[in-house]
Amino acid sequence: MSVVETKTERAEGWNRPPQPAPEGEGELLEIAMGPHHPSTHGVFRMDVVLDGERVMKLKPVFGYLHRNHEQLGETMSYLAIMPYTDRLDYFCSLSNNWGYALAVEKLAGQEAPERAQYLRVILAELTRIQNHASSIGFLLQEMGASGTPLMYAFREREKILDLFESLTGSRMMCNYMRFGGCRVGVNDAWLNATRKVVAGLPKFVDEFEALLTGNEILMARTQGVGVLKPELAVNASITGPMLRASGVDYDIRKVDRYGIYDRFQFRVPLGDHGDIYDRYMVRVLEMRESIHILEQALKDVPGGPVMDPKAKIRGFRPKPGEAYARIEAPKGELGFYVISDGSPNPYRYRVRPPSMINLTVLEDMCLGHNVADVVLIFGSVDIVLGEVDR
Amino acid sequence: MKTVEEIRAAIEAAVPGAGVTIVPNPGPAAQHSLLLAKETAVAVAKFLHNDPELAFDFCSNVTGVDWLDKEIAEKVKVTKTVTRTVDGVEQQAEETVEETRKHVEPGHLEVVYHLYSMAKKHGPLVVRMRTGNRTDQVELPSFTPIWRGAEFQEREVFDLYGIVFTGHPDLRRILMWDEFKDHPMRKDYVEPDDFEYEPTAHDAVLKRAQEHKGKGIGNRE
Amino acid sequence: MLGEGIIKGMLETAKNFAGSYVSKERLTTVQYPEEREALPEASRNFPILIYDGPEWEAGLRCVACQICEKECPPKCILIEKSADKKPDAVGKPQFYPTRFDIDIAVCMSCQICVEVCPFEAIKMDKEFELATDDRFGGLLHDRHQLAKSNEYYHQIHPVEAAEVDARLAEERAAAAAKSKAAAEAAAAKAAAAKAGAEKPAPPAGGGA
Repeated sequence: MSVVETKTERAEGWNRPPQPAPEGEGELLEIAMGPHHPSTHGVFRMDVVLDGERVMKLKPVFGYLHRNHEQLGETMSYLAIMPYTDRLDYFCSLSNNWGYALAVEKLAGQEAPERAQYLRVILAELTRIQNHASSIGFLLQEMGASGTPLMYAFREREKILDLFESLTGSRMMCNYMRFGGCRVGVNDAWLNATRKVVAGLPKFVDEFEALLTGNEILMARTQGVGVLKPELAVNASITGPMLRASGVDYDIRKVDRYGIYDRFQFRVPLGDHGDIYDRYMVRVLEMRESIHILEQALKDVPGGPVMDPKAKIRGFRPKPGEAYARIEAPKGELGFYVISDGSPNPYRYRVRPPSMINLTVLEDMCLGHNVADVVLIFGSVDIVLGEVDR
Repeated sequence: MKTVEEIRAAIEAAVPGAGVTIVPNPGPAAQHSLLLAKETAVAVAKFLHNDPELAFDFCSNVTGVDWLDKEIAEKVKVTKTVTRTVDGVEQQAEETVEETRKHVEPGHLEVVYHLYSMAKKHGPLVVRMRTGNRTDQVELPSFTPIWRGAEFQEREVFDLYGIVFTGHPDLRRILMWDEFKDHPMRKDYVEPDDFEYEPTAHDAVLKRAQEHKGKGIGNRE
Repeated sequence: MLGEGIIKGMLETAKNFAGSYVSKERLTTVQYPEEREALPEASRNFPILIYDGPEWEAGLRCVACQICEKECPPKCILIEKSADKKPDAVGKPQFYPTRFDIDIAVCMSCQICVEVCPFEAIKMDKEFELATDDRFGGLLHDRHQLAKSNEYYHQIHPVEAAEVDARLAEERAAAAAKSKAAAEAAAAKAAAAKAGAEKPAPPAGGGA
């Protein structure tokens, strides 16, 4: 632990808040939180400069899980990248698959048939529910609830992962979407099992809320903590529940209307204050909206093929060009940018990671707060290191 | 949203002499992009951000691309005067020969920005900037003072490609450690052959590691 | 009332705790390894090679086309093709792999090898208790370890195996019909040629 003097180094028009003034006398303390830390959602380090318990400066340091995913993408064919996209945000592998499939379908001018589109929406919304439940569970764990809400969330998550396993073969690394549709079709048995799970979900969210929403400890620790103003959020490219909790109405499912989302009725929950409590409430309400979408989608899944008959599995060479496609992943805007030069491998393959970009404002939200709040604010950003570092 | 041509016209009207050209995008995606000139880029970006009709307030993605030096060989028909001996008499004749001329088109590094508008809910506008070459002219203006979201992404492009963004408040490596040399995502990056500690059983990786450490490693033989 | 939210939460927990003695739904722990849950049919872990018939080496369906080796994303498959050919299940002479290694420490169970195999030779197994303490080579499975019979495949993936068998039977029937038709056409041609040879040659100098 070293001792440093803080210096103000702010560029013009930088849009950064002023550093809080240290109270009292003495020197400031610089500590590294992480990378071995039970609350940093993976290998992540924060260099904090402290005045007692208050944070004066915070620098996030990551790259410990960098697996050069983008460079690997240049050495293998388009299909071979698909299993690697599972491992980006490893909680939400089906969303990642869909984002990548959408980008390559845009590049090659392909389209998925109806049944595949319905399946994609169903799987993406199931992924969203299990991701939000786990994220809230982990946030409460860091608050000291020692696992109770987490285990409630994981109990539901197990049911959803069992559905994934019986369809795609694997609980988390699903590798299910293909360019032009989905890998295998579903039968009525799976759809009925899904309907049964979805029918039990509203009761689960009710139980979850009864356990947490009115809890005085939760409210005292999260209301007014980690406030993010909407102008800063827009300028810092924040997306996902963090942005909507600050009051900005931007949900890519409504803006881009990719897939068949414009056929379903759902609302977009917005927050007023932009603090941790608002982010928690936005995630809970989004879970309820996802259940609503699932009920609508499961009602009329059409028949037909799940794969575009003209799509090729081997020897896929899209024409030269480039494409950028994005989806509303549970963590934010997940974008894929692919440049093709006519060969079987992409020339450039880029993943726009929502978790990394949402960390841009971590320092802004934490300045002036205590160390214990830093852990909560960090948990409310909801990151996965696999996506931050790729 | 306006088309790329209309946006270009609007930029030329607001920032005269901006030198913005359209880069067409072949293929079905049809996401054409605007190539900005280094000198006027910041002014153009400010216009794109502040203009009430365009209102591109959300910088979604910043990507670096490496275009290597390309050797282009073209066959050129050249007419030359040749001295020939015909029947013992020297004559001058004109001959047309096909020659292969090679020249090297210098490569460059490129940064691509995808801009959207949260206020107007339109997008994407694809904007690019190119460096002079890949070796010494690698500076480009930074858009971070205009869009704070570009901060980490421009750091990543600097780390992995080596483009130096002038005007970035905190330009240092982000994914690799600070003492790392070289820029890993460039196409001509060769990784040191002692990186793989326990190589896997497949061809090139195993061979390289064995050259370096001896035949003993690897899980066969 | 202060503390109302906390009390409401504790009531939920109490309901779950008491309920776990009464309803099966609330008691979700499976006492592994004494109790094992059945894996769903589609579950996949690591690849295996299928052979037909009683003998693994003779009945291996793989013809060493090396497509799975090329398409494997982490390149964990190594195949060496034979120099000679041996007859396959239909009797057609095919190459076979003299070496087929899969490094399951590298394999990521993505199942792309299964998707691209044109001969239904490689399929996914569900076995996950494969831990070994042999660090160098214990996780490198050679073709003997990988070869599993078609009956085993039916056991682990009944619906899929039935579909594969139906498809293979169809292909073989089509191949057999084609060869039969080709044989008949060849026989007819041979008979016509023979008949043509037996016909008396036209008289020489007929027109002279």
